[in-house]
Amino acid sequence: MTALRARRELGVLLALALLVAFTAADNSRFLSSQSIRDVLLSASILVVLAVGQTVVVVTRNIDLSVGSVLGLTAFATGKLFVAAPGTPLVVAVLAGVGLGALCGALNGALIAAARVPALVITLGTLYVLRGVDHSWASGEQINAADLPRSFLDFGTATVLGVPVLALVAAAVLLVVATWLGSYRVGRELYAIGSEPAAARLSGIPVGARVFLAFVVSGALAGLAGVLHAARYGTVDATVGSGMELQVVAAVVVGGVAIFGGSGTAYGAAIGALLLTTIGSSLAVLRVDPFWQQAAVGGLILAAIGLDRALAARTARRAAARSAADAAAGQDAGRRGEREATHGS
Amino acid sequence: MSLLRLRDVSKSFGAVAAVRGVSFGLDPGVVHGLVGENGAGKSTVVKMLAGVHRPDAGGVEIEGRPVELHRPADAKAAGIAVIHQEPTLFPDLSVAENIFMGRQPTARLGRIDRAAMRRAAEELFARLGVAVDPERQARGLSIADQQVVEIAKALSLDARVFVMDEPTAALTGVEVRRLFAVVRGLCERGAAVLFISHRFDEVFTLCRDLTVMRDGAWVSTDPVADLTVETVVRRMVGREVSALYPREPGANEPGEVVLDVKGLSRAGAFSDIGFEVRAGEIVALAGLVGAGRSEVVRAVFGVDRYDRGEVRVGGRRLPPGSPAAAMAAGVALVPEDRRQQGLVMELSVERNATLTRLRPLARFGLLSGRGERRAAAEWAERLRVKHGRPTDAVGTLSGGNQQKLVLAKWLATSPKVLIVDEPTRGIDVGTKAEVHRLMSGLADEGMAVVMVSSELPEVLGMADRVLVMREGQLTAELPGRRATEESVMFAATGQREGGA
Ligand SMILES: Nc1ncnc2c1ncn2[C@@H]1O[C@H](COP(=O)(O)OP(=O)(O)O)[C@@H](O)[C@H]1O
Ligand SMILES: [Mg+2]
Repeated sequence: MTALRARRELGVLLALALLVAFTAADNSRFLSSQSIRDVLLSASILVVLAVGQTVVVVTRNIDLSVGSVLGLTAFATGKLFVAAPGTPLVVAVLAGVGLGALCGALNGALIAAARVPALVITLGTLYVLRGVDHSWASGEQINAADLPRSFLDFGTATVLGVPVLALVAAAVLLVVATWLGSYRVGRELYAIGSEPAAARLSGIPVGARVFLAFVVSGALAGLAGVLHAARYGTVDATVGSGMELQVVAAVVVGGVAIFGGSGTAYGAAIGALLLTTIGSSLAVLRVDPFWQQAAVGGLILAAIGLDRALAARTARRAAARSAADAAAGQDAGRRGEREATHGS
Repeated sequence: MSLLRLRDVSKSFGAVAAVRGVSFGLDPGVVHGLVGENGAGKSTVVKMLAGVHRPDAGGVEIEGRPVELHRPADAKAAGIAVIHQEPTLFPDLSVAENIFMGRQPTARLGRIDRAAMRRAAEELFARLGVAVDPERQARGLSIADQQVVEIAKALSLDARVFVMDEPTAALTGVEVRRLFAVVRGLCERGAAVLFISHRFDEVFTLCRDLTVMRDGAWVSTDPVADLTVETVVRRMVGREVSALYPREPGANEPGEVVLDVKGLSRAGAFSDIGFEVRAGEIVALAGLVGAGRSEVVRAVFGVDRYDRGEVRVGGRRLPPGSPAAAMAAGVALVPEDRRQQGLVMELSVERNATLTRLRPLARFGLLSGRGERRAAAEWAERLRVKHGRPTDAVGTLSGGNQQKLVLAKWLATSPKVLIVDEPTRGIDVGTKAEVHRLMSGLADEGMAVVMVSSELPEVLGMADRVLVMREGQLTAELPGRRATEESVMFAATGQREGGA
């Protein structure tokens, strides 16, 4: 199973490699360090969101509010620096993550209390949080000039040529992927998504775990909000609008099953990277932006088709295997011997 | 003193009083059997011990002290390991993870130690004497293997009380014997075991004490040594079960050939299968599990494809691989695995009962809720399905009632040919008798019935003709009157001493 999943992620990676190779063949500047840096920078924020979304999606839930959470925390971060320009970076990050976690907790609490699918609840909070953002900003825009130099530097700085934001995203990815893959709580999230009824019977605190998943997703969306403010410097109330769909697309393309139970944060991150790369490579290839959307759509459909095909093959193999087992394990008359005494 | 005691526990689901004032105790080192018809409330008792349902009244005591089992985790903490009747596996996760979920062995920094987990799973399987790959995904495991994983999971808990709700329902003779050895081993180490099964031979070999439940109420608890099968059956059913097989094979004058199968073959599954079934006849397909009987009937019905051969119903050839055409021609297939193929567990009783005949019920293309309810109620009534409200989800019904509902669903299509795969697997004597009576009545009304069955008494007691398969081949056709256990087993195994 792990081999099959790994192959699924390799597939996305391969698609990414092909795309890069094709674009670079057309325009070698696409592989310049500047252009790679740009792609990584833009991908970082989507990766952080996609990793958070993975935590929710493996539990057979979805968090549509992440774009609004990102927008709200980005604006809040700007406001914080306007009010207290001397705020240390760490404090700003913690504040953003905290605010995001709070939003996630709101989602989690509503889902637990209302027993309504997460799709509906987070669709609601998507609009509510955006509304809060708008009324708070009331048309105001925060510009780079309002933000301290050090914070903006954080958004563009590099270490050995690698953008710091990309390093942050990679660190988040590593931590969350390890947590999901190799820690009990992480595995319980998969169990819940795989078969919620069985999870309940086996004593997993389903409600608490799903709540936690939403808090994590919210916290990471909060972090993404801070990163967004640092990278772009300009923040108004529309930041992050529609981002949720990109995130869900990245997660699905990366092989995280929308019905829960399977997929990894690595896959989702590669999916996010692929979607970002498509954007810039189609620009390099001077393809009409309309086709960019169509390409993303086609990619999603292809990914879902691939997942279906893989699942069907696993099922066929398993069936063949158990049939073979049954045939091999058959010793003459063992059924008859048991039934002969039974029911007579 | 009992290790665990149920004191006057009761539990209702809406109008259904599933368990009413049940008390009995489990002693250390003893296997305690629990029997009762489907719907008697056994699984509900189990779920109260598992912390899944909270009793409405009464309670559970361990070593004389009352314990509150509010959640499954409480039951685990109290040392109670439960094998539920329905599989509780996570299909996307590996077998080893399924066993150790929430208790995975960890290494440094709380990281799961996959190698240790794999080894531990292998040890458990070795103890059970079965070969299941701990690394494989649980999805696609055979029912028997799923059951084995459930058992391994319970063993891994290292509990003092083991509760097993029909653990053998899907197991073969060898696996059952291994399970028995393991259960006896647990008892030797002082564990108390509650064992639920519909098979009297198992109950009488394994258990020391036996509790009988009927209609949610406690009937009796006695040492098995003081009981006979007859007394137990009488207590379970509350009446004499006089004729388990209401039919006299060959009594009906068969009518026209309704189903005609010729030269049906599929590479690797079955080859050159040919038989006829006449109106008013019950034909049994006997043989060992894996002989290809289910594959043949699935191909006849069109769920699976076939390479060669033809299927005719009423003289007209059925297009291969089209269940819709088979249904239109009046063929019905009641599948073996009702959980996977027959019912939609989340849908309501009435919805399930009418899923197959939506078209005739529809008016101007729209479903009429009233017509649907009426048809379902009619068949549920005829089959005496015991359920709460018609709108309850099917998953809440007991096994026998689910089986009856699958039958109801298909009978509502008024088929000419009824194919039933293992009609009474995992259901109790009383319900069995009802299903047999029903099938017999349908044949009397002129239906052609094909029955795949692994239960020899059922084959011998019900069939006008017995077809026996071995390794994908039809090896014998015996008239019902002349078929004996020996002749069927001989044809099924190719050996005289088949049953040894
Ligand atoms: N969750 C539930 N909701 C409603 N009714 C239920 C539920 N669980 C069991 N029942 C009903 O309680 C009765 C006892 O069922 P059960 O304990 O499963 O019987 P058994 O295990 O002896 O076959 C049945 O009539 C069944 O339909
Ligand atoms: Mg039961």
